[in-house]
Amino acid sequence: MTDEAVILTQALTKTYRNAEAVRALNLSVGRNRITAFLGRNGAGKSTTIKMLLGMLRPTSGSGSVLGWEITNAKENCELRRRVAYVAEDKPLYGYMTVEQTIRFVSSFYPDWRKDVEKKLFKDYELPPERKVKTLSKGMRTKLALLLAFARRPNLLILDEPSEGLDPVGIEQLLQTLVAQSAEGVSIFFSSHQIGEVERIADQVCILEKGCLLVDASLDNLRQFYRRIDLVFPSAPPEGEFRIAGVERIQAASNRLSVFASKNAEAVIERAHDLNAVSVEVAPVGLRDIFLETVKER
Amino acid sequence: MFFKLTPTTGQPLYLQLMQQIRHAVETGALRDGEQLPGIRTLAEELVVSPNTVAKAYSELEHEGLLEMRHGSGAFVCVKRRTRSLADQVQIARRRLRDLIERLREDGLLDEEIRRAFEAELLYPAEIVRKR
Repeated sequence: MTDEAVILTQALTKTYRNAEAVRALNLSVGRNRITAFLGRNGAGKSTTIKMLLGMLRPTSGSGSVLGWEITNAKENCELRRRVAYVAEDKPLYGYMTVEQTIRFVSSFYPDWRKDVEKKLFKDYELPPERKVKTLSKGMRTKLALLLAFARRPNLLILDEPSEGLDPVGIEQLLQTLVAQSAEGVSIFFSSHQIGEVERIADQVCILEKGCLLVDASLDNLRQFYRRIDLVFPSAPPEGEFRIAGVERIQAASNRLSVFASKNAEAVIERAHDLNAVSVEVAPVGLRDIFLETVKER
Repeated sequence: MFFKLTPTTGQPLYLQLMQQIRHAVETGALRDGEQLPGIRTLAEELVVSPNTVAKAYSELEHEGLLEMRHGSGAFVCVKRRTRSLADQVQIARRRLRDLIERLREDGLLDEEIRRAFEAELLYPAEIVRKR
């Protein structure tokens, strides 16, 4: 793992007229890693991505992508040349055919990967003669992905890339992401598909109401997040379990359910010391971690 | 060689891969000198981050079970220590199987046994010794 960051923000904030979309975001995305950006609808993911690419001006704070300042117009131009971005709505010229679009876009990039273009064109079964405006949502997404992947970028930023794809398309997308990552491309993608994130991501960032609540490697999430269900002979001593790492405690009659992001061992030790009659430990999947994180506190 | 990683369990994917490679060596499914797929090939096959495969390979190299040759990939490297470890694991498995059999006879369900194991494994080593 390299500590070098391809995306770095300091207190990045975006306020719309009456709402704070992104609040003092300190984001650090590692080089050569696959980082997933999770959050509910309206959590501020797309706003963050648009600020990173210079499409929206931050209200305050600063950030850099591949070392270039995002708010400096000249540097922003440089960074956009090396970052491939697939937007949520996949804007393309509707009057062009698929083939014309590929030829048009490739002409802007001197080190266009013809091999990647050909492979994906075949894998995605794109119809060369069809006009872009007549493509299905899934086909449109595939075309947008092909255009991004063939550019030989240093960094790929994808806003919900799997939206509108069928299961085969999703599998192809994930394989392409893995292949790109193996070639040294850093990847930052937002998604609602927990299952796919859980398979390929190295790092997970969870945004909720504009705040970064989780920024952890999936290895750590898997290793340390645990749910510990305890049964006591009488009313459970809930307060005894408010220790570092315990994110949430649910109590019901003589039972306690403890959700811990670390220190599960300490919880178990304490439970035994307090004469728990039953101690059960279960790992917590990313879906549960996400749901627990975005739950009203 | 077939590996199967489970993204939803509480164990990092690189550790799962390490265990499966180790297991394949212990059972003889992978032999001394045999070549493993390259990092990129295996990552694409399993559809996991290349970092997962790279980490598993480098940890196993550290353990002495794999030898990384520049440009040509990872090779299995079975030393005497690995063999005696393999025997030890075989014995431990037999003991585990007996224990699980007894617990089942006592009427415990597999799911209950699994959870009990999870809980005990999280017990710090020292406390277990005290008991």
